[in-house]
Amino acid sequence: MRGRPARALHPVAWWIWSVGPATAAGRTVNPLLLVLVLAVLGLVVSARRTEAPWAGAYRSYLVLALVVIGIRVVFRAVFGGGAPAGAHILFALPRVPLPDWYAGVRIGGPVALEAVVAAAVDGLRLACLLCCLGAVNTLADPKHALQSLPGALHELGVAVTVALTTAPQLAHSAQRVRRATRLRGGRRSRRRGLSTIVVPVLHDAFERSLHLAASMDSRGYGRARVVPETRRRVTSALLLSGPVALCVGAYGLLDTTVPPATGLAGFAVGTVSCGAGLALAGGRVRRTRYRPDPWLTPEWIVAGAGFVGALALVMGTGFDPTAQAAGADTLRWPELPPVPVGIVLSMGLAAFAAPPPPAGVPGSDPE
Amino acid sequence: MIEFDRVGLTYPEAPAPVLTDVRLHIEEGELCLVIGHTGTGKSSLLGTLNGLVPHFTGGSLTGRVTVAGRDTARTRPRDLADVVGVVGQDPVAGFVTDTVEEELAYTMEQLAVPPQAMRTRVEQTLDLLGIADLRRRSLLALSGGQQQRVAIGAALTARPEVLVLDEPTSALDPVGAEEVLATVTRLVHDLGITVVLAEHRLERVVQYADRIIHLPGDGTVACGEPGEVLATAGLAPPVIELGRAAGWDPLPLSVRDARRRAAPLRERLSTTMVRTRAPEPKNADSPTLLDATRLRVRHGRIHAVRDVDLRLRAGEIVALMGRNGSGKSSLLWALAGAARRAGGRLRVARPEDDGGVSGDGGTAGGGNRESCGPGVDPVQLPPDRARRLVALVPQTPTDLLYLDTVDQELCQADLDAAAGNGSGEGGARGPSTGRGLRPARVLGETAGDLLERLVPGIDRNAHPRDLSAGQQLGLVLAIQLCGRPQVLLLDEPTRGLDYRAKTALAVVLTDLAARGHAIVVATHDVEFAATACRRVLVLAEGEVVAEGPARTVLTASPAFAPQVAKILAPVQCLTVREVVQALDEPATGARR
Repeated sequence: MRGRPARALHPVAWWIWSVGPATAAGRTVNPLLLVLVLAVLGLVVSARRTEAPWAGAYRSYLVLALVVIGIRVVFRAVFGGGAPAGAHILFALPRVPLPDWYAGVRIGGPVALEAVVAAAVDGLRLACLLCCLGAVNTLADPKHALQSLPGALHELGVAVTVALTTAPQLAHSAQRVRRATRLRGGRRSRRRGLSTIVVPVLHDAFERSLHLAASMDSRGYGRARVVPETRRRVTSALLLSGPVALCVGAYGLLDTTVPPATGLAGFAVGTVSCGAGLALAGGRVRRTRYRPDPWLTPEWIVAGAGFVGALALVMGTGFDPTAQAAGADTLRWPELPPVPVGIVLSMGLAAFAAPPPPAGVPGSDPE
Repeated sequence: MIEFDRVGLTYPEAPAPVLTDVRLHIEEGELCLVIGHTGTGKSSLLGTLNGLVPHFTGGSLTGRVTVAGRDTARTRPRDLADVVGVVGQDPVAGFVTDTVEEELAYTMEQLAVPPQAMRTRVEQTLDLLGIADLRRRSLLALSGGQQQRVAIGAALTARPEVLVLDEPTSALDPVGAEEVLATVTRLVHDLGITVVLAEHRLERVVQYADRIIHLPGDGTVACGEPGEVLATAGLAPPVIELGRAAGWDPLPLSVRDARRRAAPLRERLSTTMVRTRAPEPKNADSPTLLDATRLRVRHGRIHAVRDVDLRLRAGEIVALMGRNGSGKSSLLWALAGAARRAGGRLRVARPEDDGGVSGDGGTAGGGNRESCGPGVDPVQLPPDRARRLVALVPQTPTDLLYLDTVDQELCQADLDAAAGNGSGEGGARGPSTGRGLRPARVLGETAGDLLERLVPGIDRNAHPRDLSAGQQLGLVLAIQLCGRPQVLLLDEPTRGLDYRAKTALAVVLTDLAARGHAIVVATHDVEFAATACRRVLVLAEGEVVAEGPARTVLTASPAFAPQVAKILAPVQCLTVREVVQALDEPATGARR
């Protein structure tokens, strides 16, 4: 660890890594495993997050996760629809009588412990997935990640970059305007009150985006080489036919009356022509990267830890993901299957394999 | 290098062309200054240089603009990026990336410069602009002057032959502006870059210009040596005005030139000024309207305002000066009671207690303790009552505008303030309105009347966003004033105003002060402070570091001294008008 130069890990490595914990969370309902996944995520995030402004977001993802679990449990309790015989009844909510034709929906009634636990575990799964997303967003620099897009999607990437740049500014100007509305005083109706904030903020955002667009244009963004007419036509043809073929393929695979070979062929043709089209289109934009993120051993290890783990879990490594599934057994203390535990723990390797993040890069240095 | 050949420009739906029959020739390596009032087409002229006009803005361009041999009407801005670098007024609005280094590299990435060359050029640019220690910093964490230098650097890394700067210093404090202008002159001298620069505050740049393009406003353009253009142009920095008043020929362009000429003038003034100078107005007998003691404001860990004491008397105009980020805005917001403060006491006189804050007959004199009988703290009032006591015009006045026409804004303001002389009485606005309606110092003017008085001739059906910066300021000022506050606070009102608008604003403020308002103006503009304000408060890191009459404070610090003061030191004279008055004094009668 010591002596390794601090640098940011390639953002794509983090994205690949996140497949691991996400798969683990998606494939089990064992609350112990889910908690383990959360712990691993927490370890990696706290060890390797930067001081960038977006890196503080993990906390809000955690809060969101808690909210998800809460909502899940409350809904199950209210709309749970009674309890089967032999269930442990916690308490009973007042029943809301509904007309007969509205069968199938019940509001209120007895709340069983089993139902609440099952809902909590379900919520925990969702929370885990959310936290995976949060971890990646915390660990990987979104703008760097967008720079890794293929050349043809460059413009899409830039649109997202502009959005990423203006979103915090939007929040900032909303704050500024809200403060300013106090200055003008006056009590408004609700609608008025809203428009006092929304109108100036939108004006502001609009002007900002125009400024940014003008600035990008005058700084050479989107310079294209002159491309021969035939090549341009071929590119358009490929980019048009590719998605069509993909659609045909999807239809073929989903509709059982069509032979699956047709579907597969459609998919193959679509993929190839889309890829070729993107490559050709990408050749039109010529640009270079300043200090591109390198892909070195730590990247391989981090990406590998996530990806291989996910693969191992999907392949079925001697454990049945549904073994701890809910049902009458919900209240039994779950077992901790050794193999998945090992796999999930190995994902935590990323915390040590990744180089330490550069200190104080884009900071909030006090002005 | 740059050639304008019979260029005309008309925007769609505009009644008159912005530019007509412009012929210009700008040599390589020149620093060319573009001057003119707001709305005369300075930005449009600059825009044609890299094709943003007409490609980005629309409009029809006739004639030809060629830069380094390329016709800008036929080449898109992005394809001119290797020839023309553009830096705008607000550097933050143009930043695409997050850190200094990435921003410097952005243009080169687009131009597909090889990575090795990119690294070399980034290093060179960091050294050239003296920002090497900032390389990894976040762009938003830099000061205004640093941000603007990064923006210039980002344009430079592409090795353009022409650099276009549209009001690069308008948002900066005097020190930051000097940093930026020093950088620009260095580029002209060391790299031979052609610079085209538009600027309102001529006093900052005139001495560096090789050539001046003046846009009088009718679409035509006058171009020539600085001395000859400024001799006739309708707008001039104080140094030129002083030169005109003193009858110097040729006109001095820099403070240094003028100072070498001014020895006889200084001598004459040193005798007359002492005799004729109006005594500093003693407002001791006018009521105290606002009294703040040990105000403190904190933003997170940052102490923005530390223990500031301030007392405002009726009829006073106080300038609040200091670097960017020295706590001027925070102090104003705290005084307006619109932001939470971390400590301190604030009392504002209510209009109904006619004697002001000091209840006990303030002439008794002594120190800080005399005041604050019945005043109220605006923080504790609901917003619509607070603004009757203290009104603040924020740095971005447009934040307060949200309706579609000027007229609607004015009506809404009247409704809010229930200004229209009793007409608001019917509204169920609670007890506050009843008392607030008591005719205070301003008679029952509507917001429309106020606007007409402040900035006459605004089209009432125009969209507020389409007004010029000066008109927008006037509109917001009218809206804020129709609540009839006794204390008026303005945050950087001169940003984006030309000389004409600034003079008008100074007149308006003086008039308001004469009607018994107390006014605080936070500003970077030393010339404006010298014209309009009598008392100056200088903040640094949230503390008051200097306070006193404008004459003493402004002449003491080289950073805040207006040009006339620099030229005439040690004679304490702030504005050309003062000089003229002193010269016209019949005692000598020797003028002319």
